[in-house]
Amino acid sequence: MEKSGKRPLDRREFLKGATVSTAALAPQTANAQEPHDHDHQVVPSDIALRVKALESLLIEKGMVDREALDAIVDTYETKIGPRNGARVVARAWVDAAYKKRLLTNATSAIAELGYGGAQGEHMVVLENGPKVHNLVVCTLCSCYPWPVLGLPPMWYKSAPYRSRAVIDPRGVLREFRLELPEDIEVRVWDSTADLRYLVLPERPPGTEGMTEDELAALVTRDSMVGIAKVTVPQGGSRL
Amino acid sequence: MNGIHDMGGMHGMGPIEYDKREPVFHEPWEGRAWALVRAMGRWTRPKNFRYEIESIPATEYLRMSYYERFIFLLTARLKRSNLVTAAELETGRAEPGAPKPTQTPSAPVAGDAANIDVAARPPRFKVGQHVRARNINPVGHTRLPRYVRGKRGTITRDHGAFGFQDTDVNGDPLSRKPQHVYTVRFAAQELWGEDARQRDSVYLDLWDDHLERI
Repeated sequence: MEKSGKRPLDRREFLKGATVSTAALAPQTANAQEPHDHDHQVVPSDIALRVKALESLLIEKGMVDREALDAIVDTYETKIGPRNGARVVARAWVDAAYKKRLLTNATSAIAELGYGGAQGEHMVVLENGPKVHNLVVCTLCSCYPWPVLGLPPMWYKSAPYRSRAVIDPRGVLREFRLELPEDIEVRVWDSTADLRYLVLPERPPGTEGMTEDELAALVTRDSMVGIAKVTVPQGGSRL
Repeated sequence: MNGIHDMGGMHGMGPIEYDKREPVFHEPWEGRAWALVRAMGRWTRPKNFRYEIESIPATEYLRMSYYERFIFLLTARLKRSNLVTAAELETGRAEPGAPKPTQTPSAPVAGDAANIDVAARPPRFKVGQHVRARNINPVGHTRLPRYVRGKRGTITRDHGAFGFQDTDVNGDPLSRKPQHVYTVRFAAQELWGEDARQRDSVYLDLWDDHLERI
């Protein structure tokens, strides 16, 4: 544990108390008045501690409440995620009319299943097939269709993916262990504006008798970004 | 701006690290950081969130994780708006006697739904038209990546009018009038030369002001 000899109250201990009961705290620390200027310090030495301090402070100031923050975390951890997109894909696989609506007006077709909102206001769905493979990237930041895929994974936000997806998509896909045939056309979609992209992967062979729910369980996040195909795993589905 | 964030086509960033069992938030602080940024949006009136992210010095930008950048930015904004002090951030405690901040309603920013469809400009280009991405190097925020500037492409779709996101050096929108956004197809060989696959291509969504006739 980090120790700070010059401080009367260990900051970590203090913050632990602060999260237990913010309202009960009275102004008491002498070191709170120390002149600190961290504008030059771009990366905090202990980011977790700083986030905790920031949360406690903003709650104490009445600018945000803890329940609202809990709800946001819960939403992104449990409610918004690739399972939503998988339902869209599975519906398109079993319902040709839905698929047509999805490919012509994705935003409203996705809304039919109850998904929409921030970073999903203007959706476009790209169909993968034997002749065309679509891959989605955001070279300028990390734009991603939250309502159907949740928050982006590390690799999607990373410099290696953002830099190389547009110049060497086949090499990038090879890193994800997806080798594409020579004759397939690769289309990379760089999310530079307000449109957000979802790949409609190919329905794998051998799934003809499956229900929509069973199909949805096969669809992975990776297949909806375009770095993988949907496969039927031996002995169960995966995400 | 020609910043480190504009990464398309760069080499040397290393291999892609892939974690098959990656959780939504790797550590609890990431979730709290994310929630704070989402919840605090109404307090800090951003000029352009992405431009502020891009303005982080390149060495720091590369070193920071996604959520670190967000927290850095939120903190900087709160300080700049005099909503918190450096001492308060250090202790996690409000200073004695500090006035409770009161919220002011945010003005709509470019790109907000409220801004769209208001006196939109008619489209300057049509589907199927060949265009060139302008060769511009603005110091503000732009959605026109370096790797397509000066390159020829084809309009494949007109998405209608959207608020223009490019800004001046102060982060203020270059135009408050919505303009059309198009998907533009660039052949891989046009972007990367003859060694690229003939049939492969990259699609970008660009505004009227990013494009010129050829």
